[in-house]
Amino acid sequence: MSTPVHQLVAFGVMVAVLVLAPFFVYPVFLMKALCFALFACAFNLLIGYVGLLSFGHAVFLGGAGYGSAHAAKVWGFSPEAAILFGTLVAAALGVVIGALTIRSRGIYFANITLAFAQMVYFFAVQAKFTGGEDGIQSVPRGVFLGVLDLRRPLTMYFVVLAIFLLGFLIVYRAIHSPFGQVLKAIRENEPRATSLGYRAEHYKLIAFALSATLSGLAGATKAIVFQLASLTDVHWTMSGEVVLMTLLGGLGTVFGPVVGAFIMIGLENYLATLGAWVTIVQGVIFVVCVLIFRRGVVGELGRLLRRPL
Amino acid sequence: MKVLGIATLVAALAVAAVPVHAQVSDGVIKIGVLNDQSSLYADLAGQGSVVAARMAVEDFGADKKGMKVEIVSADHQNKPDVGSSIARQWLDVDKVDVIVDVPNSGVALALNQIVREKGKALLISGAATADLTGKACSPNTIHWTYDTWALANGTGNAIVKTGGDTWFFLTADYAFGHALERDTEAVVVKAGGKVLGKVRHPLNTQDFSSFLLQAQASKAKIIGLANAGGDTTNAIKQAAEFGIVKGGQNLAGLLVFITDVHALGLDKAQGLIMTETFYWDMNDKTRAFAKKFAERNRQIHPTMIHAGVYSATLHYLKAVEALKGDDGTKVIAKMKEMPTDDPLFGKGTIRADGRKVHPAYLFEVKKPSESKGPWDYYKLRSTIPGEQAFRPIDQGDCPLVKK
Amino acid sequence: MGQLLIGLINGAFYAMLSLGLAVIFGLLNIINFAHGAQYMLGAFVAYFALQWAGLGYWGSLLLAPIAVGLFGIVLERAMLKRLYHLDHLYGLLLTFGIALIVQGVFRHEYGSSGLPYGIPSQLSGGYNLGFMFLPTYRAWVIVFSLAVCLATWYVIERTRLGSYLRAATENPALVQAFGINVPRMITLTYGFGVALAALAGVLAAPIYQVNPLMGADLIIVVFAVVVIGGLGSIMGSIVTGFALGVVEGFTKFFYPEASNTVIFVSMAVVLLFRPSGLFGRVT
Repeated sequence: MSTPVHQLVAFGVMVAVLVLAPFFVYPVFLMKALCFALFACAFNLLIGYVGLLSFGHAVFLGGAGYGSAHAAKVWGFSPEAAILFGTLVAAALGVVIGALTIRSRGIYFANITLAFAQMVYFFAVQAKFTGGEDGIQSVPRGVFLGVLDLRRPLTMYFVVLAIFLLGFLIVYRAIHSPFGQVLKAIRENEPRATSLGYRAEHYKLIAFALSATLSGLAGATKAIVFQLASLTDVHWTMSGEVVLMTLLGGLGTVFGPVVGAFIMIGLENYLATLGAWVTIVQGVIFVVCVLIFRRGVVGELGRLLRRPL
Repeated sequence: MKVLGIATLVAALAVAAVPVHAQVSDGVIKIGVLNDQSSLYADLAGQGSVVAARMAVEDFGADKKGMKVEIVSADHQNKPDVGSSIARQWLDVDKVDVIVDVPNSGVALALNQIVREKGKALLISGAATADLTGKACSPNTIHWTYDTWALANGTGNAIVKTGGDTWFFLTADYAFGHALERDTEAVVVKAGGKVLGKVRHPLNTQDFSSFLLQAQASKAKIIGLANAGGDTTNAIKQAAEFGIVKGGQNLAGLLVFITDVHALGLDKAQGLIMTETFYWDMNDKTRAFAKKFAERNRQIHPTMIHAGVYSATLHYLKAVEALKGDDGTKVIAKMKEMPTDDPLFGKGTIRADGRKVHPAYLFEVKKPSESKGPWDYYKLRSTIPGEQAFRPIDQGDCPLVKK
Repeated sequence: MGQLLIGLINGAFYAMLSLGLAVIFGLLNIINFAHGAQYMLGAFVAYFALQWAGLGYWGSLLLAPIAVGLFGIVLERAMLKRLYHLDHLYGLLLTFGIALIVQGVFRHEYGSSGLPYGIPSQLSGGYNLGFMFLPTYRAWVIVFSLAVCLATWYVIERTRLGSYLRAATENPALVQAFGINVPRMITLTYGFGVALAALAGVLAAPIYQVNPLMGADLIIVVFAVVVIGGLGSIMGSIVTGFALGVVEGFTKFFYPEASNTVIFVSMAVVLLFRPSGLFGRVT
């Protein structure tokens, strides 16, 4: 399947914007948005293409964050090794939790993923190495691949951008491949797919693990960028945030999660001085999106252009 | 619908870019008040701290002296990552020179590191952990109002001396709670008392009934509350319900603010003993301050944290004036050189480890019949002079202190 | 022994809250994530009633459920209605959004230290039971909740009105054909579920803090209770509510730090072996 032209164009635009952005916009803000964009893309894989709403995805983001923070700070790993380690932690969690939950569906699936997330949260609160409420602080940024000094914001930014693009392309490849087609078939009509010989549970589990791994990549990178791993990243409200980002951007679209993440992080930044308004605005966006804006920003854009984005 | 969508997209991208372009030229002293404005600690610091900072700037007379001072504020929501992001943005982009307040020890420790890396200044009024002038001490940070050691020392000692020699701890399960419990236990044991048991509860617990039951069963004379904010008030409220005080046990609030007492009401809070370093009704100067403050802060009277923000900001401005510059590390050094004097804490000094020294006071909450009106809540039991109130400088393991 | 009693008291809250949630899901297939916020609203109405109208606890017990129930009805009519033809999960997201808004507004206005609300004088004091001191108010909570739960269960499972409701869930078109106004029943049922949440809120006001976030962490616990009991089973959520309250109570005694999580562990365990919950109907 060759890539449709309009998607190549959209991809090109996205890369161009992201490459030029740090010269105009505060890079740390952009890096945060990129990490969340990757998280949202990974999440979208599960909800947009497999149709499963996981309310516990924060576990992968935060768990990987703790893993990479600990590796970098306590074991002295170099940043790329730390990030890899964190991602592997998330992958392992993903396989375990996925295996236990994949048989459920709909609201039960949402609930049981939430249950596991709470258990991991509790573990994070109690375990000594996570630092409880204080988190793991002063994580060193180090030197990437022995060459790039990550303490310089621009260098760090481009490394993060590269990681984001890698993750994005993996998701893209997964969706636009025979594997992705089977996932869509399962989402549309699982019994039929099974009758055609596809082991639905296997496919769902792989998708879940992939989603978890990429979420972990986002979380592990975020810990190095912010030099901090904290409980916020494993709390269930973080899972709610990623749902919102994906919904706002457009469930099941390729670029939706990226747009959604940038909008949400931008809003949070802008409203940070106003305290409680952030939750109110988030709530309003949820309501508006669910009621009248279900396709999300990119979804509506796609409909306007009559091309899938 | 599609128009709405595109408009939202454009608007959001514009909105996202805006705060970053709000550059301010130097020649302005920019003060950032960072604290919790919407959850657990919003009343004891929150907007009130911003008011206190403003009052300090006005009383300093910045305008008359031709100094331009600006104040910005933000809500860290008690999360170290939110606090860190805001601090980074402030220091890197918005040219903030000094960050003030920061309740929540976890956030304070995170900022302590960031401010040090960037060579700016941090004046902590809200956070409690004594590690800020101990292992984590920094040449860019001054710990103002109080700390866990002072609280433990004041309250713990005083209570054991008056006969409360068996203790049971109810502790919030996070760094601050553990620190408070550890410091108080050390004081109690040193003064000859015994700790009969402890139980750790999750932060933000609604229901203390089963923990209180365990405390009752221990038959300890004193139930030490090593927690703060809503957890403390909840525990006290429910203790009244379970007849704990009537049953002969007493509660020791290890970190209680006047706003907590106000939220509880005197009938539930009476008899509570606590240590604070400021009370609005101590003398004419503090009363005058409180009156002006209350008018600007919805009638809420100043807590010691608000007072600390005022005092720290005032001293900071004096140091900047004397130094004629606002380089963080140099201003902090200057602040340590100059003795402090303000209407709220009186005369005091700042030690090499960043600890501001002033007297601490042991207060008891009045009975409803003893109070003449709202906010008239405390009676003074004793005064602890500055040199004894805080941990001796050589016991903190602070690398800045030469042995 | 005392812990057992405390556990039952907490269980009573869980039972009442999960009852409302179970009614709403069981009969309407709506996942009401706003339940925690509606519980909070109930407590706040009680507070306002006292502050502004001098109306005491007993009046609020009646007023709050009605007021918040009306709010629920408006919500249903204006917004939830539009989502019935879609996947359940949209209902969850919508109510989640509503919860964020309501909680955010109240947090903005009232901060989060909590507001005082006293125990009504008729219910203060307590009994010394030997093994523990039981405050009268808490005893009242157990008794009252049990009564409300059983009454609700009776109405739904044993009366004609209840059977209409249950039939309407299975096959709305057919029931409507019989002349029963199904949309109105659905609206009223949602309102009733919400009213139950508010009633729990009033019960909570004197002993827990009346604060904007009181429902926020409670909601996921209540969800767990309903799921364990079996979505759609009224008796299931009542029994599970009380049972889990006791389990949590014991955990608080033996391993207090885990008390927040034991319910989720239980949920995971139960769902692994009985995916539809303990009493649930297989969907």
